[in-house]
Amino acid sequence: MKQLMSGNVALGEAAILSGCTHYFGYPITPQNEITEYMARRLPGAGGVFIQSESEIAAINMVLGASAAGARAMTSSSGPGMSLKQEGISYLVADELPAVIVNVVRGGPGMGSIAGAQSDYFQATRGGGHGDYRTVVLAPASVQEVTEIVPLAFDLADRYRNPVIILADGILGQMMEPVDFDGLVRPPDYDKPWVLTGAKDRPARKIHSLIFDVKLQEEHNWKLQRKFRLIEQSEVRCETHLTDDAEMVVVAYGIGARIAKGAIKRLREEGKKVGLLRPVTLWPFPVQALRDLAKTVDDFFVFEMSAGQMVEDVRLALEGQGRIHFYGRPGGVAPMPVELYRIVSRHYLQAHADGEGRPR
Amino acid sequence: MDGTIRIDRERCKGCALCIEFCRKGCIRLSDDLNLKGHFVAAFDDDKGCNACRNCALMCPDVAIEVCVP
Amino acid sequence: MTADQAATTVFARPRLLKQADFHYCPGCGHGIINRLLMEVIDEMDLQGDAICVAPAGCGMLLYNYFEIDVIESAHGRGAAVATGIKRVRPQNLVFSYQGDGDLAAIGTAEGIHAANRGENLTVIFVNNGVYGMTGGQMAPTTLLDQVTTTTPAGRDADLAGHPVRICEVFAQLDGTAYLERVAVNKPAAVTKAKKSIRKAFQCQLDGRGFSLVEILSPCPVNWKMGPIEACRWIDDAMLDYFPLGVFKDVTAC
Repeated sequence: MKQLMSGNVALGEAAILSGCTHYFGYPITPQNEITEYMARRLPGAGGVFIQSESEIAAINMVLGASAAGARAMTSSSGPGMSLKQEGISYLVADELPAVIVNVVRGGPGMGSIAGAQSDYFQATRGGGHGDYRTVVLAPASVQEVTEIVPLAFDLADRYRNPVIILADGILGQMMEPVDFDGLVRPPDYDKPWVLTGAKDRPARKIHSLIFDVKLQEEHNWKLQRKFRLIEQSEVRCETHLTDDAEMVVVAYGIGARIAKGAIKRLREEGKKVGLLRPVTLWPFPVQALRDLAKTVDDFFVFEMSAGQMVEDVRLALEGQGRIHFYGRPGGVAPMPVELYRIVSRHYLQAHADGEGRPR
Repeated sequence: MDGTIRIDRERCKGCALCIEFCRKGCIRLSDDLNLKGHFVAAFDDDKGCNACRNCALMCPDVAIEVCVP
Repeated sequence: MTADQAATTVFARPRLLKQADFHYCPGCGHGIINRLLMEVIDEMDLQGDAICVAPAGCGMLLYNYFEIDVIESAHGRGAAVATGIKRVRPQNLVFSYQGDGDLAAIGTAEGIHAANRGENLTVIFVNNGVYGMTGGQMAPTTLLDQVTTTTPAGRDADLAGHPVRICEVFAQLDGTAYLERVAVNKPAAVTKAKKSIRKAFQCQLDGRGFSLVEILSPCPVNWKMGPIEACRWIDDAMLDYFPLGVFKDVTAC
């Protein structure tokens, strides 16, 4: 049954339906609706809500709750996400599941409270210390939230790793029809490592300090093997009008919504532009890009930032094709018509340059 | 009550807290070095140990066991 | 007669202490406190319920010594991690073990707010007036004029403020149920400290709210003293500023 709901509220409801029983969060715009929704709804659903004293406390409460076996979640934005980076590093090192939602706002510093896409590096490169990765999922609609959130909890439990949901302030606030009927609660995983008290079994320990560097290296390679497995198995992306495309826009989340609007106009004029929309920002859809590069020369990266994902596109293409970029940082959301004009110019330019060049 | 103690010489770090808090002077720092390089505490059973357990209470390395016959 | 023949042991190593040798310095109070915790947990039959949150600091290797479930926390976050665990498993005995830096500096917000929320858990707070693991820098609990590696001329209140009295500060919070300051610098004090730990755990089991035991503990190496001198220094210098005693006890009602 469809209901009209904001992205933030849908994130909260989807989490509860996915089996999230513990939420810890601190108020920060533009994600307060998540915190407030969990405060209203979670206790009645048999869960625990705590408004923590800081984002640092929240991520550490998630860590403790996860170690005790619960599906735990926190959400934040901007400066709050920066505060959580230490905790995320510890979660990875401890091999603990967790879901962390970043409703991205303009930055850096205090920034703005408008939606942006300027935390891509922080999310995909790992803003905390050490060699690590987290799965990063980017929903592009309120309905897609109902798929992304259970996926996040599932991947977190399955791989024993934190998962970041990279939303943004526009998605968080916008109201769209959403239907939860198709949401499948992820299965419960056997967790033989949880701390429950050493009753009739040997004592367990969860720690990430390993003084012996060779053992620390071993631990790191073990984590890396996990990340390689995730890279092989969990890439998700959407392609839109790419079959005959001569230029492919690469955009995610709200950026992809704007891009679709621009592409609609471009197509009306006969310009053959398509879209590749990464859903997993890490692991990045490298192969999908390389496959497109067999027939497409021009890739147009659009982000609501000064340019972060564009580096992953460059890395993936390894010199193939031509890469164009348009970005607006700080929380500015260009209208589709603005993007259409810029892409159009680049498209025409590419055609003018490309006449007669060998394929 | 007669008492006696057993000192785990490999755990002992020669901190001498047991010596300080023994009211009967039953323990002394010996010239024996353990594998870690500490001079270890040694028990003299002829000083009238009364199993007060002060030494064991204070030992930071849980190196002392106290017994009564 | 040797100790081996037909003798009754009146003091032995607690069975909940693993065999590993302690890494602590000679005369360090952590060893005594570790032992007391395992004695109490065994005597209260709580091995199957206890979950310990270990700090960053000299106490960070507790999982090598305690035969109970242990999780390492990031520096200062112990009270938040313990909150997460206790909110998932309220039936367990959950306690954090934290030093001066962990609780009184970087973790003050987490500590105060766990106490303020009345989280039903226990904090074991080891106050040895310095940062031990990192080589003897000033702690919030360092005394005025005390020389440390970051107060080489002695702690100056104008530059570095005054020592923090954690028990007194936490007593202001309505969510706290039992707060006591004890010491481990002599046998009678050690016996008192053990009783206090037991009482704090009982307070948690009875669901009375937040409990904290602050334990004045010798750090001979970083105080630049021998172990015996360090124990005396607690009496001579620390007790004036950090008086022993109960600062809150709702269980008495």
